[in-house]
Amino acid sequence: MSVTTGTLAPRALRRGATRSGVKILIDVAFAGLLFVGTITAVIALATLIWTILDAGWARLVGDPVGFLTNYVSRLPANAGIKAGLVGSAYLMVVTAVICFPVGVGAAVYLEEFAPRNRLTNFVESNISNLAGVPSVVYGLLGLGIFARFLRMGPSLLAGALTLAVMSLPVIIVAGREAIRAVPDSIREGAYALGATKWQLTRTQVLPAALPGTMTGTILALSRAIGETAPLLVIGLPVVIFTLPDDLRDPVSALPLLIFNWTSRPQPAFAEAAAAASIVLLALLLAMNAVAIFIRNRYTIRW
Amino acid sequence: MSSRPPSSSPAGDRAPAGDRSTSLARRSSRTGERVIIRGLFVCAVLSVAVTVGIVAVLLVDAFEFFREVSPLDFLTGTVWAPGAGAGEGGQYGVLPLLNGTLMIAVGSVVVGLPLGVLTAIFLSEYASDRVRGLLKPTLEVLAGIPTVVVGYFALQFITPDLLRPIFGEENVFIFNAAAGSIAVGLMIVPIIASISEDAMRAVPSSLREAAYGLGSTKRQVSLRVVVPAALSGIIASVILGVSRAVGETMAVTIAAGNTPTLTWNFFESIQTLTASIAQTVQGEAATGTVRYNALFALGLTLFVITLVMNIVSGRIVRRYRQVYS
Amino acid sequence: MRQRMRRRGWLLGLTLAIVLVAAACGGDDDAGGGDTGGGTNLTGRITVDGSSTVAPVTEAIAEEFRKEQSGVEVTVGTSGTGGGFTKFCNGETDIQDASRAINDEEKAACEGKSIKYQEFRIGLDGLAVVSSSQNQFVTQLSFDQMADIWKEGGATTWNQVDKSFPNEKLAIFAPDTESGTYDFFTEEILGDPEEGAPKPRTDYTASSDDNTLVQGIEGEANSWGYFGFAYYQSNKEGLKEIKVAKESGGPYIAPSAETIESGEYPLSRPLFIYVKEDSLQRAEVGQFVKFYLEQTPQLIADVGYVAAPQDDYAQGLAKLQPFLTS
Repeated sequence: MSVTTGTLAPRALRRGATRSGVKILIDVAFAGLLFVGTITAVIALATLIWTILDAGWARLVGDPVGFLTNYVSRLPANAGIKAGLVGSAYLMVVTAVICFPVGVGAAVYLEEFAPRNRLTNFVESNISNLAGVPSVVYGLLGLGIFARFLRMGPSLLAGALTLAVMSLPVIIVAGREAIRAVPDSIREGAYALGATKWQLTRTQVLPAALPGTMTGTILALSRAIGETAPLLVIGLPVVIFTLPDDLRDPVSALPLLIFNWTSRPQPAFAEAAAAASIVLLALLLAMNAVAIFIRNRYTIRW
Repeated sequence: MSSRPPSSSPAGDRAPAGDRSTSLARRSSRTGERVIIRGLFVCAVLSVAVTVGIVAVLLVDAFEFFREVSPLDFLTGTVWAPGAGAGEGGQYGVLPLLNGTLMIAVGSVVVGLPLGVLTAIFLSEYASDRVRGLLKPTLEVLAGIPTVVVGYFALQFITPDLLRPIFGEENVFIFNAAAGSIAVGLMIVPIIASISEDAMRAVPSSLREAAYGLGSTKRQVSLRVVVPAALSGIIASVILGVSRAVGETMAVTIAAGNTPTLTWNFFESIQTLTASIAQTVQGEAATGTVRYNALFALGLTLFVITLVMNIVSGRIVRRYRQVYS
Repeated sequence: MRQRMRRRGWLLGLTLAIVLVAAACGGDDDAGGGDTGGGTNLTGRITVDGSSTVAPVTEAIAEEFRKEQSGVEVTVGTSGTGGGFTKFCNGETDIQDASRAINDEEKAACEGKSIKYQEFRIGLDGLAVVSSSQNQFVTQLSFDQMADIWKEGGATTWNQVDKSFPNEKLAIFAPDTESGTYDFFTEEILGDPEEGAPKPRTDYTASSDDNTLVQGIEGEANSWGYFGFAYYQSNKEGLKEIKVAKESGGPYIAPSAETIESGEYPLSRPLFIYVKEDSLQRAEVGQFVKFYLEQTPQLIADVGYVAAPQDDYAQGLAKLQPFLTS
């Protein structure tokens, strides 16, 4: 067993590990500190959710059906999130369809098939670099390439492609983690039975890695759905009275609505924005719940 | 070795995939499979296409910008004031924006690092499985809160109900970097906590057992064995958190305002690189003007910063990595 | 624990599915059912983009137009006046919302792409100059005094603006440099930069969201700032309006719907829409613009702006007449 930074053994032996009163106090204080540190994050989250609920609950329950099924309006009392909510849902679905296969494919290739050469290294460091690029820059990419150069305009397709490209690095990383967790013994067993690498990947590794990958994908998507900046940059409309029928149709999104309503002078719009935030948070929680469910039920622990 | 604990560090630990010549792997001669593998290769290489796309989009218009404003003026100027109209006579020194971004990055680490590491230690060493099962999803939810919502939380709650009562109303502006830092700090706590915790859990139990065997308390084991052993993972998580902080747009715009200025007073309003981009893109500036092209120069700056941080992170992780053979 | 989480997961997933289906199906109106009623003889899509200031007006008009012509799809984006003009002069949009007139570069761009357009004035956005309701001393300021505040190197304390004011630090809150309000105010108060006017100051608290400016000004007794009149109207309790005058002796006018509409109030900017002549060949666009000019005077107050002089609308309709097919 080699530990390259050995800080423990000499010191404990020197001091003699008797548990004096002061030590116990320090131990307890430390445990307390840990608890406080952990609980602070939880309390912050609770406070945030409470603040939003307080601001928007009345508006939401005052007219829930109307709020969910109306389109936007100049009158806050009539304004609803239908276009934004459905738009976000469509965006999410199309984004998932685009980035899940590509992400899984890339992860499989990098983990199972890629030779150890400079190209692979380059691709890998490129992916981890992309994971840190700000969402605004992805928005600029979407505007320049998808909306303008490829002439998609501010459409469902352009928006989904932008969000997909943004989520891709996260999915690849999650996929690689999940694939790595499958022990080599499984692979060697398959080889012993005469399988080719692809056969074994398809029948053994992928099914085992799927839950972990899906969890990572859902979490990445739930973050993408709350992103405002990229969609703002592409220029998705805020006012729209129809639902998209086609990938090339314009589409709105819930975060865009929220952001737009908070900039209106009428105080009632601020309430509407808070109510819309509650719906967005509910959406987020639902997606997280699904991800956790998949992780708990289907993940194989080797 | 037939089983290994799943490692969270980059794929340096395992035998490289291509090195399976010693294993029983059969090279496939079926063209169907070769096509599939080619397809997978394309998927992986697509990421390179993305980077090329980003760089191309940024460079084209940034180049236009740098024809009007010299890169030296851009990088050393201390005033960011595009002025009205097309912004012809404006000043485009990026330092106030870099300063703003730096303040948020530092501030969010000050908030996020202690909370994140403490939470990670708690989750890894102290918490029972039940508590872990509750806490981890909670953290994931915190990570996913839409940034617009966090920004408004900062403006409506953090500044009036937290910062102003503590530090005095006269001292704290309605928009301030501190609120922005706290908001972003909270957003990166899950990143730091989750990755640090993974790194800590990857520390083999045998190290802990040895320490306990020598009579250490849990605190000593956590602080003197686990944390140093997991250091590379913790540092990696912090750098990832900082990248997130640097790239954060909406929360900072809302909470910290849009005032480009060189200051280290966290209670004043500032502006970050990302906020300036978002603001210009929805603003009144016409495409093609200096004022508009400035945002591409800013985007390029952000991309370079991200790249540098990524390289540095890789080096640090490699240097401090523990290998438990 | 696992059982509970399993059930919770299903429940939440189910709720999500129900919500989405309900939203998508409930009140579906593309076929003209539900609350829309109205004739559906026109169809088509009208793409509008541009100023986020004018967008609420277009939204209001589109909302009402939909009740009469539910087959016409109107989408409104908020890419900003500048960004919108780029799209407009590239042929990507039918109508441009603009909080200022088209400038020379944009005109050239449109000519370059052979895009002919018509300009219509559709309303007025007053600019309110305000301080906090806690402020006891300031009631009126002239343009010159405001120039002293707003210019680079301008006043830092109130008594530098007017000797009768106390020696208190000026806390300035104003829109950021990307805002059309900023552009307009700077040009009105300081003058044209091409003619040697001083530059605006940079050391003030800037924000892109007027609502947050309101909050800032309310909270600070020695504040001074400006933003759209609609934001003052919605937050009168915490704010104090400052009467303005072009000349130091001249009549000091307070902002109100009446003074803005009559033109007495000197700080108001006109709002425009620009329509592609090619698009006007389509019946639905022509009818939409006609509806716009006819209905805006009634609806614009809902949105917080003020109607333009009646002549503007009449002239607009006259300009439009040759393009209408029916």
